[in-house]
Amino acid sequence: MNTPRVRIQHEDFDVGREIAALRAGDAAVGAVASFIGTVRERSDGGSADTTRMELEHYPGMTERAIEAMIDAAQQRFDIRGVRIVHRVGALAPGDQIVLVVVSSAHRGDAFAACQFLMDYLKTQAPFWKKEHRPDGSAAWVDARVADDAALERWGLKSGNAA
Amino acid sequence: MKVTVRYFAALREALGAEESVQLAGATTLGALRDQLIAASPRHADALRRGRALRCALNQALVDESVALEDGAEVAFFPPVTGG
Repeated sequence: MNTPRVRIQHEDFDVGREIAALRAGDAAVGAVASFIGTVRERSDGGSADTTRMELEHYPGMTERAIEAMIDAAQQRFDIRGVRIVHRVGALAPGDQIVLVVVSSAHRGDAFAACQFLMDYLKTQAPFWKKEHRPDGSAAWVDARVADDAALERWGLKSGNAA
Repeated sequence: MKVTVRYFAALREALGAEESVQLAGATTLGALRDQLIAASPRHADALRRGRALRCALNQALVDESVALEDGAEVAFFPPVTGG
């Protein structure tokens, strides 16, 4: 059975299970790198705690965009497999948001591809975060110029926050 | 020619999730944006020039010079903030 490389879901994920699934049956794997993004208690420069985070996405486009990123990573790096899980809906501080897992023969490509995929996803995948505060107010999170710079280090144009 | 226009995040809150638009001579995505800006004060504010917006045609990121075709799915949304 072929497990999809990209999943967008409301439910939490289990990194151990995702890594085991990615490694299963591939004896050429010698390295697995993973990244997990979580909800901070307070956003950068924020003046109040976040009580709740809402994540919106563009169904269909999100999956297509991330699939294309994985294809780009496979052309650029010597990697075996990729699994990306991104949550949407209501999240709380401390919750897991995103998981990227990359397997390869050796660690260098696994580390690099994992970072490449996160840099890509941050600025080119259609997700939006809204933060809710203790006083009942809410605000959409601003895109960061630093995230554009992170993608451009790979030689790719970002054009998100700018 | 008729296209479907979808909005996300702050634009969805201002303009609704989706609308069907009959194009009056507009042939590019940028011309569609101009037509929408002229449609109502709410559109004029949400889609105003100078506001950082990204756009997609048939679920792929594009810039505003791209040509539209009948039945296209266009989307306008703020810079993305996932991950």
